[in-house]
Amino acid sequence: MSKALAMNAAEMEAIAARHPALFAGSLSKRLRTALIWAGIVLYLVYSWWFFSISQVLGNANWTIAGTYLADWVSYEVRPDIRIARDGTMQVVYSRFDPLGANPDPDWMVLERKTVNRTIEIPASSGEKLPAKSSSSLSFMAPNAAVGESPEGQAEARTETRTEEVVTKAIVNFNGSTAIEVSDKRVTAKHAGETLVVVLDDVEGVQPEGPLPTWAAQKRPHEKIILSLGMTGWAEIDRSDVSIHNRFPGWANFLFDTNSPFFGRSASEVFGLVVGGERLDPARSNLSLAWDNILYNAEWQHLDVWTKLLQTVVMAFVGTLFASLIAFPLCFIAARNITGNRLLNQVTKRFFDFLRSVDMLIWALFFTRAFGPGPLAGMSAIFFTDTGTLGKLYSEALENIDDKQREGVKSVGASPLAVQRFGVLPQVLPLFASQALYFWESNTRSATIIGAVGAGGIGLKLWEAMRTNSDWENVAYMVMLILVVVFIFDGLSNALRSRLMGQKAH
Amino acid sequence: MTASTLPRTLSDNAALVERHWQELNARRRLYTGLGLVLLVLALSGSLWFANETNAGKFFDRLPYFFDFLGDLVPRDAMEVWRAMFDLPSPYDDGSFKYNYPEGRLYITDTLYVPEYVHKMLETLNIAIFSTIIGVFFGFILCFFAARNLMPNPVVRGFVRRVMEILRAFPEVVIAGFFLAILSLGPIPAIIAVSIHTVGALGKLFFEVVENADMKPEEGLRAVGGNWIERVWFGIVPQVLPNFTSYFLLRLEINVRASTIIGAVGGGGIGELLRLSIGQGHEAKTLAIIFLLFTTIIAVDQFSAWLRHRLVGAQAFQLAQ
Repeated sequence: MSKALAMNAAEMEAIAARHPALFAGSLSKRLRTALIWAGIVLYLVYSWWFFSISQVLGNANWTIAGTYLADWVSYEVRPDIRIARDGTMQVVYSRFDPLGANPDPDWMVLERKTVNRTIEIPASSGEKLPAKSSSSLSFMAPNAAVGESPEGQAEARTETRTEEVVTKAIVNFNGSTAIEVSDKRVTAKHAGETLVVVLDDVEGVQPEGPLPTWAAQKRPHEKIILSLGMTGWAEIDRSDVSIHNRFPGWANFLFDTNSPFFGRSASEVFGLVVGGERLDPARSNLSLAWDNILYNAEWQHLDVWTKLLQTVVMAFVGTLFASLIAFPLCFIAARNITGNRLLNQVTKRFFDFLRSVDMLIWALFFTRAFGPGPLAGMSAIFFTDTGTLGKLYSEALENIDDKQREGVKSVGASPLAVQRFGVLPQVLPLFASQALYFWESNTRSATIIGAVGAGGIGLKLWEAMRTNSDWENVAYMVMLILVVVFIFDGLSNALRSRLMGQKAH
Repeated sequence: MTASTLPRTLSDNAALVERHWQELNARRRLYTGLGLVLLVLALSGSLWFANETNAGKFFDRLPYFFDFLGDLVPRDAMEVWRAMFDLPSPYDDGSFKYNYPEGRLYITDTLYVPEYVHKMLETLNIAIFSTIIGVFFGFILCFFAARNLMPNPVVRGFVRRVMEILRAFPEVVIAGFFLAILSLGPIPAIIAVSIHTVGALGKLFFEVVENADMKPEEGLRAVGGNWIERVWFGIVPQVLPNFTSYFLLRLEINVRASTIIGAVGGGGIGELLRLSIGQGHEAKTLAIIFLLFTTIIAVDQFSAWLRHRLVGAQAFQLAQ
């Protein structure tokens, strides 16, 4: 069958030659397509130049992007190994460490010993200190304390003190990655390669042998940065080694380090809450735990939830009021309902005005009027959407079927009854559906006007991002927003398809 | 109890129908009433909550409601004109309020582009550029999300979920993230608006594709066209007018979106507007609002005209 229909090339060409118009298309049509494409390409080239995109992308700091992205779902513990001139060490954790006060994690193996150490106490701290400060950073604190004591005016002397120091520190990042520091030598193992770095007072930071690909030293004798992939990174300087050990997950999501529940396992907390001894005699463990969760200093759950609720409320009230106001106005704006052309035009231009003065402008003004908070955002949504909904509603009214109206009119109904029984049944589902759609879409857009001060979670997001150190909080809020948007999306779709009797869009 | 209100003249069957109808009606009234009560409760709860968590209370602030109008009165009407076109002001006292000529962007020695016009163009360019990028990716993605062209439910579901996430992901976060990496400038705004556009347009596009007539595609399938040929010659020509219409509709939305993104640090006119309102520079604020207002109206009118030409009255149905 198909064989009989097949044509050879000569036959096809013959057909093409007989009907050139079918195959070529008109000149203007071909020209127009080509012109549109040329226009788009030219515009893209122009924009590339206008925004100097290649330059910006070239200057971008892409390595930091990886770190920020990793911060979304993981956290770092940052102990600092400070090395004294004689090779003894101290391990110091940052003040707001996720491990809480006095951490002793099992991935950090320390060998300690008690030493009798001779410390030189300067005669007057003012003269000698600047010279010493460059090299022995870690001794500054004890020295300064002694130097300020009442008898500190005496001449230089030495004092023997007994203290516990760290002589060897091993940081196990994971099975194949570890850093060992002892006797002013740093041995780093990662990806099957080993790097030995000698910390010399005179020579500075000296690697033995060539640097592996994961280590970088910008200038000789200065610090070396080790990039250890997802397990973290480290910085080796002549008198201290900064460890950044990265762990997956969100640190202290429920209880912060000040909470009495901090560091307990889930079953332990559960046991305490169900029937444990009261940690705080004034109240039950359950209310204490709940309170600790709500006021968690790092995650600020209560504040985040309040702000999220504000965003939802802004969208809800704004849209509801907008549809309530747009509803009577659209009858005035519709040509077929109100005969007066002037009134039609005035109402329509009023809608256009509300719509065209951007939501941003309204938000900024209302922030000034009401102060920062959801009232401003609510009013901004209300004003903008009165315009949009009014326009859509009046267009819907202008497209109604006139027969029903005539029918109601013909039996002598009052004008109000004509609207109620002749017009409303046709448009009400559509009105409600559009209001629902805008409710859902405003839930999305209310986030962003919040960032200019109009209330809701937007400002909180913006503040969390500004420091570039709270990306995990950003991730948490984004997750909550996505959940809320999906719920409302589903809800609005379900309601709309019930109203319209089918899938609404 | 409903039966008591029935007229006596009805037959048994008619009375049954009548009773049933009255029952239905009563139930509907009950549901409507309950719905209204719920709505009123939700509304009053929301209003109370909003007022409670606001910095200023509604009734305390209401007398100052129209203060912003007072903030908008310039020293004379010509000031707005001068602010818009960077002309020197007679009130110039060296402060930022009247330093209009300093924003000039000189092209030649004497010819310059006024600052606000330039920034307005930047915002407009952000919108156009990111809409084009969004259309490009939305165009590619939509054929993988349409039921009639992608029978594999895994691929289809995956592409649809990706679009949903792109659509719902807060733009302000994308902009903030790229601001941290790329430093200040319009590019974070472009990326944020584009990503949102891909999700929004992808959804509208695949719905258009699902409603397309499959006969041309069948014809191409019959002569052995591969998937790309079938899509390109069978589907694309019918959906192109609708796609263009949605592109224009999205452009309108994106002009507004890029203004807002600008206000939170993405450059363009939005940032200037936020600054000038915050610092109380009336003439500058009015000039910016006027520019923004005319631009938005111009873009809306142009897009409405073009959409009307492309797809007729269908272009004005609800779609965003």
